[in-house]
Amino acid sequence: MLKTASRRENTISPLTNYVLNGGFIVLALACVLPVVLVIIVSFTHNDSLLSRGYSFFPAKWSLIAYESLFKDYGTILRAYGVSVGITAAGTVLSVLLMALYAYPISRQDYPLRPFFTFFLFFTMLFSGGIVSKYIVFTQGLGLLDNYLSLLLPLLIVPFNVIIMRTFFQTTIHPALIESARIDGAGELRIFVRIVLPLSLPVMATMALFSTILFWNDWFNALLFIRAEDKYPVQFLMIRVLNDIQYLRENVQLAAQNPEMMRNLPNESLQMAMAVVGMGPILIVYPFFQKYFVKGLTIGAVKG
Amino acid sequence: MAPLHARWKLFWKYRYLTLMIVPALAVLVLNNYLPMFGVFIAFKNINYIDGIWRSPWVGFDNFEFLFTSGSIWRIARNTVSYSLVFMIVNLLVSVAIAVAINEIRNRWLAKTYQTFLIMPYFLSMVVVSYLVYGFLNPEKGLLNHTIVEWLGKSHVFWYSETAYWPYILTIVSAWKGVGIGAVIYIAAIAGIDPEYYEAAVIDGASKWRQIFHITLPTIRPVIIIITILNMGHVFNSDFGLFYQVPMNSGPLYPVTDTVDTYVYRALKELNDIGMSSAAALVQSVLGFALVLLTNASVRKIDKDQALF
Repeated sequence: MLKTASRRENTISPLTNYVLNGGFIVLALACVLPVVLVIIVSFTHNDSLLSRGYSFFPAKWSLIAYESLFKDYGTILRAYGVSVGITAAGTVLSVLLMALYAYPISRQDYPLRPFFTFFLFFTMLFSGGIVSKYIVFTQGLGLLDNYLSLLLPLLIVPFNVIIMRTFFQTTIHPALIESARIDGAGELRIFVRIVLPLSLPVMATMALFSTILFWNDWFNALLFIRAEDKYPVQFLMIRVLNDIQYLRENVQLAAQNPEMMRNLPNESLQMAMAVVGMGPILIVYPFFQKYFVKGLTIGAVKG
Repeated sequence: MAPLHARWKLFWKYRYLTLMIVPALAVLVLNNYLPMFGVFIAFKNINYIDGIWRSPWVGFDNFEFLFTSGSIWRIARNTVSYSLVFMIVNLLVSVAIAVAINEIRNRWLAKTYQTFLIMPYFLSMVVVSYLVYGFLNPEKGLLNHTIVEWLGKSHVFWYSETAYWPYILTIVSAWKGVGIGAVIYIAAIAGIDPEYYEAAVIDGASKWRQIFHITLPTIRPVIIIITILNMGHVFNSDFGLFYQVPMNSGPLYPVTDTVDTYVYRALKELNDIGMSSAAALVQSVLGFALVLLTNASVRKIDKDQALF
């Protein structure tokens, strides 16, 4: 009785409540409106863009950007294929490899635990930098234009491995493993039959992290991909934006190539490209949000 | 030390666990450790005819070149000051949001706000650069067409005006990172025992006193850990933020060029591997030193709060 009374007493005043809610509505709008603007511009008719610029309330709507975007569907579809393929393969491999590394270093009885923990931790402290990585990847491993150059750098995220390790340590009791061993189960069997099923929440969180990481990656493509048919979506977006910028800034070049100028996509097409690029993430993220928050909560507990 | 055969026996007993580690270990070696040994490139004059191994050693020439080129001070100043500003702004705003969202009485609303605030975190920097372009495009952008026109001023050429970019970059960084930062603090606040607040209310503590005497001190460990992790990255910058968002615009270099964009441009655009690898090595070593230093000082203040 006392508990509920004091709680009620401890809530903020109605006025403060309105002020706080008002503030959060403003913040929430600030987060979505830029995305809404880009979506609206992608549906805006060129005449409207010329007279009023970008606007939340265009005078004239149009689907032309998407029509021309999908007229050249080969490029987009291929880029989508690359992104989906890399994201799917990357997510599965990444979660599997990270779990396989995290589990042994979560076992207190594993003699090599301190060594492998440090081996992982050290990569968070010191890195060779992008130059030696670039040279090792292109000249040493020969990964230029190879899809492996998009996978390898993102497969193991040390911080995520530590989150997984902490999860295994806190949720799987050593006695459970001990009793399974007495029943005659081998290490691999214990991992697959006992540890993994008990760890679904952290696996789901990591899968989500990886999906976002692989889908949103453009940096590795910027470094290692030259062949146009291997561009992932995010990198294609960079190229579209840069090409248009480049042509606009070089009016002379454009004057010499009227053909190129005519084919130059307008702003609405650029923005349609952006909508296509962010689409999947925007659609899936509200569904995964709860896992995400839960996963971070576990990670925030000191590991 | 146990005798050799006993150690071998122990190793053999756990062979399956070691086997499980091997695939990820291979990835770490290829992706993280091989490039670490690649830092010797900074001491070589790489040319493509001789390859990495046979190119001549040049001692500290690349570093000398870097430090006398003059741009190192500009990029170092930019990198460090942006890092510190982002760190402070993002910390203050996300803690404030976390504390405020905790006071929202309607839990459904609180969750909804949270969903919206995290959304920017899910977008790639390329998408963000498109969003920023939607506002800043000189001819058609929203800002020029609304506020600037409304003020009766002529259109601003955002992508060549250095004065605005420190603010633009800080806003974009906060816009993208504050929501996710807040989630971590919200999680930490949710873990506080409600009895503390109940006791405080009985003692007649106001909301502000509760925040300053219970909430903030309790989440202090989380704040410290996040800050240590960030300190190690003071010499790193978000390449996407500084390269994609200003669209690699030349006139903006004085205020947008950081170690990362500089290293990338020296590598890919100027093809200057020597200077680029020297800069990258300086960055790694300083970052490493900073993590150790920060951790050591935290250790001194409070042993339990240190990361290692």
